[in-house]
Amino acid sequence: MRRAERGIAYALMVVLSVVFLAPFGWMLLTSLKPSDQIVARSPFKLPETLAWRNYVDVMQQAPFHVYFKNTAMLVGLSILGTVLSSSLCGYGFARLRFPGRDRLFLLVLATMMLPPAVTLIPTFVMFRFMGWVNTFKPLVLPFFFGSPFFIFLFRQFFRTIPRDLEDAAKIDGATAFETFWRIMLPLAKPSVITVTIFTFVMVYNDFMGPLVYLNSESKWTVALGLASLQGALMYKTPWNFIMAASVITLIPALVVFFASQRYLVEGIVTSGMKV
Amino acid sequence: MKRHNRLGRREALDGLLFISPWIIGFTCFGLGPYLFSIFLSLNRWDMMRPMVFEGFGNYRTMLAQDPLFWKSLWNTLVYTLLAVPAGLAVALALAVLLNQQVRGVWVFRTIFYLPAVVSGIAVLLLWKWIFNPDLGLLNALLRAMGMADPPGWLSSPFWAKPALAIMSLWGVGGAMLIFLAGLQGIPASLYEAATIDGANRVQRFLYVTLPMLSPVMFFNLVMGFIASFQVFMQAYIMTMGGPQDATMFYVLHLFFQAFRYFRMGYACALAWVLFLIILAVTLINFRVSKHWVYYEN
Repeated sequence: MRRAERGIAYALMVVLSVVFLAPFGWMLLTSLKPSDQIVARSPFKLPETLAWRNYVDVMQQAPFHVYFKNTAMLVGLSILGTVLSSSLCGYGFARLRFPGRDRLFLLVLATMMLPPAVTLIPTFVMFRFMGWVNTFKPLVLPFFFGSPFFIFLFRQFFRTIPRDLEDAAKIDGATAFETFWRIMLPLAKPSVITVTIFTFVMVYNDFMGPLVYLNSESKWTVALGLASLQGALMYKTPWNFIMAASVITLIPALVVFFASQRYLVEGIVTSGMKV
Repeated sequence: MKRHNRLGRREALDGLLFISPWIIGFTCFGLGPYLFSIFLSLNRWDMMRPMVFEGFGNYRTMLAQDPLFWKSLWNTLVYTLLAVPAGLAVALALAVLLNQQVRGVWVFRTIFYLPAVVSGIAVLLLWKWIFNPDLGLLNALLRAMGMADPPGWLSSPFWAKPALAIMSLWGVGGAMLIFLAGLQGIPASLYEAATIDGANRVQRFLYVTLPMLSPVMFFNLVMGFIASFQVFMQAYIMTMGGPQDATMFYVLHLFFQAFRYFRMGYACALAWVLFLIILAVTLINFRVSKHWVYYEN
């Protein structure tokens, strides 16, 4: 590529990056403003004294440590469930022959397009009947039964592994489950990581599920706690507090993202989530 | 021969065991609820008093007596037509830009993907603050650029939907990465052949990139429509359906019917109509795709 073209491409990328990052900068700036400077004449100016106290104050407005504990538990169990169940199903669809397999797999793919809005109410009625409202069960349990997209990811991955390995295990007398557990699942580490990250993002950011199922504040997740904080403070609009709380809740997502971004971004781009 | 047969049966049994989590899950959390939902939609039920069978009463109410049904459908349609095409265009443009072989390009890929990962309530609150008519970032910038009377965004019935669509552009990172994967799958030989034939940059984009990318485009379009028809959280956190019901989207209406007014049967009927609409749009998409999506082989 010519030098001038490369220069233009770089310039465009930098300008667009500024646009994409500006909201985060605005969030941080607001979170550090003292309450009397929210209505400032020059909104972009850094305040003379940074109000780090906002972060301390907002943590005292609501039991965020409880929210974080609950969310960590939900995220952990969901990841465990979805990795185990989706990899099992993915292996079954990738490697074991049984009648109707490919048609069933088409059905798995088709269910990706089903709107969850339809199952919301009947599922709620069902869990309410079981007496599971205001527990974590309705939020965690479905993750133990395979998610279509992750089954798809695991299946695609298992299909790329040469059959020799399994044949060798079979000759040694290993059962199908032993072959899967000892040989194939360890090989599928890249897929396990991808599924883990996607599930983290999904569960950490989920709002409708906790909103429907978790009533008492001691069970709330971070997302629910933050939303209710906004509701409680709405008429006073202390945007510096709300932004400070928002920054705090973004930290775990940012940590996970930066720990895995090289892997995640390049993984999706190069290994090709082939559509 | 017999032994072979037995091995085959053994493998089939193993296969079914392996996929049994999905079979159970699909029955309990998919098919079962779907069927139950049909039944509920034919009843009036507030979860306290016994159910009253109504036949198609809920559906009649919806079409004839619920102005919010039509309003929310319209709102959702407008939002979808604003957000999905614009989102695809932005995602594709970013992907083309980030497909350049320049050093450090992964840094930019990371930056554009970031908002898609850290979505959630915090980001919705952030945008609510950005859109604040008096003190928000957006209007501060517009005023600095000399606009005397910038829009009221989320507090204006006209601008609320475009504002949410603008916000959605910030989260196109996922679609962008899928486009990028598609771009990298296009063999370089095609571009070389086109260049030898005298195609310039624009022609190469129109006659090589776009056709080769059309299956990915189609995937993003179908998924974009399905997601956009179910827009909920944005409105619940940022506007509660206001101002003047301008952001009363379909699923928000459904949610309020179910969990605010406890009209479970009616909400199920709403859900089924949404399902049929999404099904119809998806089928139309597949039908139309035959005319513009290019598949090798």
